[in-house]
Amino acid sequence: MKKTLKITVALVAVLAGLTSCNNSEKSKGRSGALASNVAEKVYVAPGEHDSHYAFISGGYSGNLTVYGLPSGRMFKEIPVFSQFPTNGYGYSEETKPMLETSFGFVPWDDSHHPDISQTNGKLDGRWIFINGNNTPRIARISLTTFETEEIIEVPNSAGNHSSSFITENTEYVVAGTRFSVPVPQRDMPIKDYKGNFKGALTFIAVDPEHGHMDIKFQILMPGFNYDLSHPGRGKSHGWFFFTTYNTEEASTLLEVNASQNDKDFIAAINWKKIEAYVNNGGGKMMPAEYTHNLHDEATHTATSTMKKEVRVVDPAEIPGAIYLLPTPKSPHGCDVDPSGEYIVGNGKLSANLTVHSFTKMLDAIEKKKFDGDAYGIPILRFEDVLAGSVEQPGLGPLHTEFDGKGNAYTTFFISSEVVKWKLGTWEVLDRKPTYYSVGHLTIPGGNSREPFGKYMFAMNKITKDRYLPTGPEMEHSAQLYDISGDKMELLLDFPTHGEPHYAAAIPAEIIKNNSKKIYRLAENKHPRKATIDADTKVVRDGKNVHVYMTTIRSHFSPDNIEGVKVGDKVFFHVTNLEQDFDVPHGFAMIGANNAELLISPGQTRTLTWEPKKVGVWPFYCTDFCSALHQEMQGYVRVSPADSNIELSWSLGD
Amino acid sequence: MKTAAIIMIFGSLLLLGLFKFPLWNIMLGAPQYPDPLGMNIYIDGIKGVEEFDLQNIDGINHYIGMKTIPKPEEMWEFSVFPKVILGMSILGVVIGVLGFFGKVSYKFFLGWFVLMSVLGLLGMYDFNNWLISYGSDLDPNAIIKVTNPDGSPMSYKPPLFGFQKLLNFDVTSLPHTGGYLMFVGMLLTLVAFWLGRRTSVKATTQ
Repeated sequence: MKKTLKITVALVAVLAGLTSCNNSEKSKGRSGALASNVAEKVYVAPGEHDSHYAFISGGYSGNLTVYGLPSGRMFKEIPVFSQFPTNGYGYSEETKPMLETSFGFVPWDDSHHPDISQTNGKLDGRWIFINGNNTPRIARISLTTFETEEIIEVPNSAGNHSSSFITENTEYVVAGTRFSVPVPQRDMPIKDYKGNFKGALTFIAVDPEHGHMDIKFQILMPGFNYDLSHPGRGKSHGWFFFTTYNTEEASTLLEVNASQNDKDFIAAINWKKIEAYVNNGGGKMMPAEYTHNLHDEATHTATSTMKKEVRVVDPAEIPGAIYLLPTPKSPHGCDVDPSGEYIVGNGKLSANLTVHSFTKMLDAIEKKKFDGDAYGIPILRFEDVLAGSVEQPGLGPLHTEFDGKGNAYTTFFISSEVVKWKLGTWEVLDRKPTYYSVGHLTIPGGNSREPFGKYMFAMNKITKDRYLPTGPEMEHSAQLYDISGDKMELLLDFPTHGEPHYAAAIPAEIIKNNSKKIYRLAENKHPRKATIDADTKVVRDGKNVHVYMTTIRSHFSPDNIEGVKVGDKVFFHVTNLEQDFDVPHGFAMIGANNAELLISPGQTRTLTWEPKKVGVWPFYCTDFCSALHQEMQGYVRVSPADSNIELSWSLGD
Repeated sequence: MKTAAIIMIFGSLLLLGLFKFPLWNIMLGAPQYPDPLGMNIYIDGIKGVEEFDLQNIDGINHYIGMKTIPKPEEMWEFSVFPKVILGMSILGVVIGVLGFFGKVSYKFFLGWFVLMSVLGLLGMYDFNNWLISYGSDLDPNAIIKVTNPDGSPMSYKPPLFGFQKLLNFDVTSLPHTGGYLMFVGMLLTLVAFWLGRRTSVKATTQ
């Protein structure tokens, strides 16, 4: 009896211990960010600045958002691939050309993987690149103006997903196709996919001074799906690695048919070798249509040029440049550690995380230890290139970044967690839940040669109960962790805009002092600018009426315009004369079928308005610019189409 | 006496700093201007501390009907001041050199200082007059008209020296590098006088 009692007491104690342990785990998870020491770590006092910028892709918003870390505050949404009525991007005459493609005007996209320019493998903070997934495009955004400066379309590509990753001196921004397609496109049965479709991997050269992009070459790879990619670093600089799935080359019900092979591949590409081959006239020019859109900061105007051909390289022409590394189970993320030695294949259907060794790969290539080939591309043996595996770290590994201290951090979509593990020993060091179903994670500089390993944030696909409910559609969530200690510490949970697919982050001091405050009026080369009141005028050119207008606190010049007729097309060329930081003016015309304008100091922007009704119609400033902002307004008198009222304009009469 | 004369020469030469550095500086901060706007007053004109400060000060001042900040050619002072400063500097050097060779007495050093002080006071008086007219000669059609409790129009005269609150602006007016160099230079001529006097007294008592 006594013994039974003792056992019972012991059992109860153990159970209680277990429960209380559970409780404390739970309460930690729930109230962690409320604990005062944690709150202090993310508290940025009013007027203080965050220590890091985070550039989070907007996914289906087509844009890029700018956040501060550790506060998680959003500072700006930069329009990239999508029209943005907030400031007229993609609506104003100057910015419409940015969204031209070979398919015509495509005013939206699915932006995925931002990557910051680098010098010697270190983030230099000059530009940030991002891919448009849907209508294959790569954009370059200036980190002095925080505006999209350039967009280049990628021909022969479809689902521009394994993009836009930067080599270590920003020699290239690389764009790989997700879908393989007929190259060149042609009318053919889908079932003939296998062996006929191609996957184009595109190397876009970046001009070191201006950042201007130009397609150097495309490698026409076998018809796999190319999911993600990463450049070599340090010792593996000169190579590029792409994960593949659907090496089965299925064209229907991929969720089953593309998951049959035990191993897919990481394609290792010696781009330096291909570059040399191309520089010596290798490859061939192939007809192709793709746009190159460039916004000029001096004219404040974008132009779109249709390119007519692209250089393509057939892997068979250049043996020894491409190898395939077997990697288990439809790998997603393809990540190279800061030393350049380890290539992590995040096999999303595999229980283990596979890490390849660059040294072993070179060795196997040298010894020609091949295990057959795929369309002439040698396949290396899994065992020969394997550095190690992280055993059973979680479910659904997606993406890995590094802290520069020998640790790696991998997201697990299915088990909804981030796992910290050690390079070389492959042991799991820590794991923390995410809320919920994490995709990519970002460590500032975490995919470069020199990570800044203080923070890591996880970007999730599912939000559920994390914030106050906002109906069926909610913004996605992100969690910020402190990774400076042995264990990761959850600091903050913040909502993002669109789909936070991936992000690039950088210490603020690298870029914040380069941020422009104004555009210099004296350097404005817009052909229809007006930089002083005397330049303002209204000019008729047939049915087109050009209004050369200026804004300054707190009036438009001119503010009364007469002589416009129904059926005219009125172009308001508005120049903001301000040369003061953060004094944009807006321009809004009643019944405008496009958008308003937001004009930065020193900038000229053009809104097109087609008056349809006779009357006197107002326009006004939409940006609360000054104490007399409400007085900043004017009228356009619209007369019948057959009236003979002469154009006239005035201010202050 | 030789040391005194050298100090006299050096002190007079410090005036030349005014050709390179501002005499005075006025900064205007406000809630909307955490980085204050500022004007540097040189002997030959007024310049913005930052490139577009003058334009932005004028832009703000148009609401209260203030005149724009004068260009050098709009004020006689900006052509006369450089001549006076250059003249005084040369005069000081000449007195110093003559003193060095014993041609003039140390009393000339004091004479120079007194003359310079009188001219300086006149300059300050003139500068203050300009500030008064700049701050109170307002456009009658000004957008914003602020009156004092007694009904008279408020003056936006910046302070000649020190701090003053003008509506939403915190205005600080202080000498700048050129001004400080001038003050140090003038002080040195006093030192030269004192040293010269001591040497001379010693010589007489011995």
